[in-house]
Amino acid sequence: MPDWEQIGTGTIRPNSEELPVARFTSLQEAIEDCVRDGDRVAMEGFTHLIPHAAGHEIIRQGRRHLTLYRMTPDLIYDQMIGMGCADKLVFSWGGNPGVGSLRRLRDAVENDWPNPLEIEEHSHAAMANAYDAGAANLPFATFRGYIGADLPKVNPNIREVTCPFTGETFAAVPAIRPDVTVIHALRADREGNVLLEGIVGVQKEAVLAAKKAVVTVEEIVDDLGAASPNAVILPSWTVTAIAEVPGGAHPSYAQGYYKRDNAYYIAWDPIARDRDTFLAWMKENVLDKGPEAFAAYGAKGGR
Amino acid sequence: MSYTANEMMTVAASRPLKNEDVCFVGIGAPSAACNLARAIHAPDITLIYESGTIGTRPDVLPLSIGDGELCDTALTTVSVPEMFRYWLQGGRVTLGFLGGAQIDRFANLNTTVVGPYDKPKVRLPGGGGAPEIASHCGEILIIMALSRRGFVDKLDFITSMGHGEGGDHRQRLGLKTKGPTKVITDMCILEPDPETKELTVVSIHPGVTRDQITEACGWPIRFAAEVVDTPAPTAEELQALRDLQERTRRAHSNAA
Repeated sequence: MPDWEQIGTGTIRPNSEELPVARFTSLQEAIEDCVRDGDRVAMEGFTHLIPHAAGHEIIRQGRRHLTLYRMTPDLIYDQMIGMGCADKLVFSWGGNPGVGSLRRLRDAVENDWPNPLEIEEHSHAAMANAYDAGAANLPFATFRGYIGADLPKVNPNIREVTCPFTGETFAAVPAIRPDVTVIHALRADREGNVLLEGIVGVQKEAVLAAKKAVVTVEEIVDDLGAASPNAVILPSWTVTAIAEVPGGAHPSYAQGYYKRDNAYYIAWDPIARDRDTFLAWMKENVLDKGPEAFAAYGAKGGR
Repeated sequence: MSYTANEMMTVAASRPLKNEDVCFVGIGAPSAACNLARAIHAPDITLIYESGTIGTRPDVLPLSIGDGELCDTALTTVSVPEMFRYWLQGGRVTLGFLGGAQIDRFANLNTTVVGPYDKPKVRLPGGGGAPEIASHCGEILIIMALSRRGFVDKLDFITSMGHGEGGDHRQRLGLKTKGPTKVITDMCILEPDPETKELTVVSIHPGVTRDQITEACGWPIRFAAEVVDTPAPTAEELQALRDLQERTRRAHSNAA
């Protein structure tokens, strides 16, 4: 059986007298409180707003045996996998965009370094639908997918469902229900409501599909200043913890704050190619640093 | 004006694109070809990237599928589930433009593994959007340099279906879309045979011989009854492509 847990017809926060609201905290505390060894963790952000600072904090706190969900593992999971945080990866495209391979992911899959990594591989359409199903409190997602493709032969979580009205068959995948979703957003107001604009990816679905949500933001403001009433707003009561980490998406980007550091993505390839170079880089830039190191990238010059 | 084989490939890939097309763009070579078409003869083409950007008009080529440039210049940006559900699966996209690591004679693509899936010799990035792009777009163009490593007799893994086993395989699986209609390489252009769906050479780029093409392909490649010469890139095409690449190089080397 798929290893997700159905919440059924209850609510995510049943029997609560008081409406729970997001807590402002440090990134260190947010990760300590919300991410446990063995958790199913989704850290989303489709090229834009990838929560790199939170990934570094999880590495520093030495989390182990995580099942990591992410459509595009990107550098954030290359680093976490290379540092031994993960037992399993659920993903749909595992490359360094525009550059080539994720070297640490490949080393784990091809050579079991630093530990064996189980993979569950999907297409983007499947992952997007699976988050959507999770947010909608459904046990599975269905879509027109994988036609003539080989992934269903190697991934037992890709199955078929028959339409009760037309008799047609469709692809089905289990909903994604993370223990915790971690995202980076543009800003939060002082009540803990969170704003995302630009390429919004699958973060709203990933947050609403999860039991807990940790959000890092570029800044905490009096007024969210959304460009449109239809901007993606996550109300305070859908978020568990918020930490202000300016620059926290770098080398990904934050629309209106700073651009994607494409040169950094290119530079990552030779760093990650060799195990010793990688470990030395991680010690210098992650283990010996803190979330404040990201502030150098988070200057508000772009706004 | 002299030009490289790679420039010839990008130019040849840009030519079939039309103003009316709604094009789902893969990153890398497909993105270069689509934006070249937009610069030259298809200024009104609608480009869609899977990050959710619809009607985007980037000034430089994005390094990733979700660079800020794509959102800044888009008509609108939607969420990723909406992109795959309403726009792609909804049948709104006329043309999908893909690259691949490996292709077979029926234009099936592999971007997943070389060797066995469970113990791969080379682990490639995987499918991303491609499996559903390949089935839901009205038709598919593929751009890939011709080589024995890339054009193989048998794929280790079918990431996205082209014409499957050939013939009417797509229809038998219930697909109403055309699948791959052209494969543009650095030496020639291939199209599926109308009956068998096997890729056949229909156009040869200037200065390339049939022997060179046969030598570079991993299966005994066939030539159509009538093979034409691909027109060489014009000065305008080359200038536009080089300008685009120069702007891109500058933009990506000084990150903000």
